Amino acid sequence: MLLEIKNLHASINGNEILKGIDLSVNFGEVHAIMGPNGSGKSTLASILAGKEDYEVTEGEIWYNGKNLLELAPEDRAREGVFLAFQYPVEIPGVSNTNLLKTALNEIRKYRGEEELDAIEFLSLLKEKSKLVELDQKFLSRSVNEGFSGGEKKRNEIFQMAVLNPKLAILDETDSGLDIDALRIVANGVNKLRSKDNAIVIVTHYQRLLNYIVPDFVHVLYQGKIVKSGSKELALELEEKGYDWIKNQKEEMPV
Amino acid sequence: MNQNKLTFKEICLQSFEDFEKNLNGEKQHPIHLYRKKAFEHFINLDIPSVKNEEWKYTNVSFLTKEEFKINPVKSDFSYDHISKFLFDNLEHNLITFVNGIYNKDLSKLLDIPSGVEILSLSEAIKNNNPIIKEYLGSASDITNNFFIALNSSFVIDGALIYVPDGKVVEEPIHLMFYNNSSSPKDLIQPRNLFVVGKNAQVTILEHYVSDTDTEYFTNSVTEIFVDENGNLDHIKLQEESLKSIHIGRMDTNQGRNSNFSSHLISTGAKFSRNEFNSVFKGEGSESTLNGLFMIDGDQLFDAHTLIDHAKPHCNSHEHYKGILQGNSKGVFNGKVMVRQDAQKTNAFQENNVILLSDSAVMNTKPQLEIFADDVKCSHGATIGKLNEEAKFYLKSRGIGEDAATAILIHAFASDVITSIKIEALRDYLEKIITRKFN
Repeated sequence: MLLEIKNLHASINGNEILKGIDLSVNFGEVHAIMGPNGSGKSTLASILAGKEDYEVTEGEIWYNGKNLLELAPEDRAREGVFLAFQYPVEIPGVSNTNLLKTALNEIRKYRGEEELDAIEFLSLLKEKSKLVELDQKFLSRSVNEGFSGGEKKRNEIFQMAVLNPKLAILDETDSGLDIDALRIVANGVNKLRSKDNAIVIVTHYQRLLNYIVPDFVHVLYQGKIVKSGSKELALELEEKGYDWIKNQKEEMPV
Repeated sequence: MNQNKLTFKEICLQSFEDFEKNLNGEKQHPIHLYRKKAFEHFINLDIPSVKNEEWKYTNVSFLTKEEFKINPVKSDFSYDHISKFLFDNLEHNLITFVNGIYNKDLSKLLDIPSGVEILSLSEAIKNNNPIIKEYLGSASDITNNFFIALNSSFVIDGALIYVPDGKVVEEPIHLMFYNNSSSPKDLIQPRNLFVVGKNAQVTILEHYVSDTDTEYFTNSVTEIFVDENGNLDHIKLQEESLKSIHIGRMDTNQGRNSNFSSHLISTGAKFSRNEFNSVFKGEGSESTLNGLFMIDGDQLFDAHTLIDHAKPHCNSHEHYKGILQGNSKGVFNGKVMVRQDAQKTNAFQENNVILLSDSAVMNTKPQLEIFADDVKCSHGATIGKLNEEAKFYLKSRGIGEDAATAILIHAFASDVITSIKIEALRDYLEKIITRKFN
C-alpha cells in the first residue's frame, strides 16, 4: 500500500472541512477524486503536501510505511510526494532551472545519492521538457512569472517529470485549460504513469478523465467520500450532475 | 562620570587649533580658507536631534559623549588586509586609503587616457590642482548640514577623479577606504570629488571596508559633477566594521542629457546614515538610484535621498530594497521634488523591505512634491515578510527551510543586483548574500 488515509478530519480557522476521509491507493493506480466546489478536494490535496494552514483534528495518513503527518513538507517531497498546485506560485527572481536543480539535489542528498553534475542535469531537463512540449526558453525564466494559465500547469507536470515522484497529486490541473493544453498535460501525465508510482487526480470536471483514464473514481461531498466506483462513475456524474449526489446524500439517514 | 571629559564640539575645536598649528604656512592656501569658513558654520550648528524631522528615527545624540581622534596618523599596512575586498576576474584601477590617508603602495592605475586625472586629494591640494578650486564645495552645502560642515572643516584627503570632455575610462576605478582604529577612536573623513566632462564616461566604486571589529567614525562627503551628455556609473559598497559609525553624504549635479547611475549596497557599520542629493541642472537627464541594505543584530541603516527635478524632460528611477534581521532598524526617506518648470518629468520611486524577524523595525517615508502639471510620478513602499506561499511551494519540491529562505532572499535582491553593470561585482554581492543567508 502506498497511501492509506484513515478517518481524516481537518479544519481551517475552526471550520471543519474534512469530516472523515478513508482512501487507499496502491502502486500503479490512478485515482480521481471528484466533487462540487467547496467539497474539500483541494483541502485534501494541500494536507497531503503538508500545507500548515490546515489542522488535522482526527485520523491518520500512512505513506509508504511512514506517518505522513509527522513529516515536514520538504521531507514528504524527498520521500516522493508531489503536489501539482491548483494555482502555481509565481516566484520572480528564481529561475525554473535553479528551482529544479536545488530541489533535485536536496532530494538526492536526502536519499544518500550523489548530486547530478551540470551536464547530466541539463540533459535531464531537456528530455523531460519534451514530455510537456515546454520550450527550452522557459527553463531560464523565473518560476511561473508571466506564464499563461496553460504554461503554469504544463510547468507543474514538467517539474513532476523531473522530480519523478512515487505519489503525484494533481490538484485541478485541468481547470482553465483549453483542449490543446489539456491534451498536452494529459499526455505528459500518461507517459509518467507506471507500476512504480500512483497518481491522485483532483478535479471538478470529468473532461480530463477522457484523457487520463482512472482506475477508481471517488466522489467527495461535504468533507466525505460519498461514493466510489470505477471510471464509469465519472461518466455518470457528468451526465447526472452533482445534484444527483447532493440529492442522494440528503436522502441518506443521519 | 569623568567631569573633565570634553564634548564632541570641544574636541573638534581643540583639534582644529592643533590642525592649524601643523599647517606650516599653508594657512593662506585657498583650501584652508574653505576649511575655516566651514568651521565657522560648524561651530554654530548643533548635532541633529530627533526633533528634527530629517533625523526623527535616527538618533545621533550619542556622538556628544564619544571621544574621537580627529587628526589622522599614518599607519603601516599590508596588502593582505585589502586583498579579500578585491574582485575576482576584474582588472581595475585601485586607489587605497587607510584610515582616510592615501596609500601609494596599495594603489595602481591601468591604462588611463591622457588628460584623465585620478589622484588623491592631498596630492591635488599640494599641487594646487585647478579642479579643486573650480569644484570643491560647490555641490555640498556647508552652511546648514552639521556633518558636511564637519567634514569640510578638516578636508585633507580623499579621491579626485577628473575625466575631461570626450574621454572614456574603460576599467572601473575602485576606491578602497580601509578603516581600523585604535583608542581613542579615529574620526575618518574622506572627501571625494568626481568631475565627468562633456561626453565623458567613467565607472567609480566607492568601497568602505574593515576586517576588524574596531570602533571608529567615518564621515565622508562626495561631490559629483556630470557635465552635458556625460555618463557616470557609481557604486557605493559599505562593509565597515560592525562597531563603527558611518555617515556618508553625496551631492550630485547633473548637466544636460547626462546620465548618472548609483547603487548603494550597505551591510556594515553599527550605525549608518546615507544622504544623497541629486539635482538636475539641465534638461533631458537621467538618474538611477538603487540601493540594497542588509542589516542584523543592533545595526541601524538610514537612507535619505532627494532628487531635485529642477529642469524639464528628466527621468529618475529610485529603488531601495532592504533585508532586516535581529533587532535591526531601517530608515528610508526618499524625497522627489518636481519644480514648476520641470514639465515632462518621469519620476519613479519604490522601497521594498523584508523583515526576517519580529523585532526588526523599518520606517519608510516616500515623499513626492510636485509643482509641475505635466509629469508622470509614482512612489510606493512595501514592508513584509518573505512570501509564505512561495516558501511552501519550494518546500513542496523538496527544498528545506534554510535553502528556501536563501533562494527567496537572493530572488528579492536580484533586481537591484542585476542592474549593476559590473559582472565581477554582481558575483561579489551574490557571495555576500550567500555568506549571510545560506
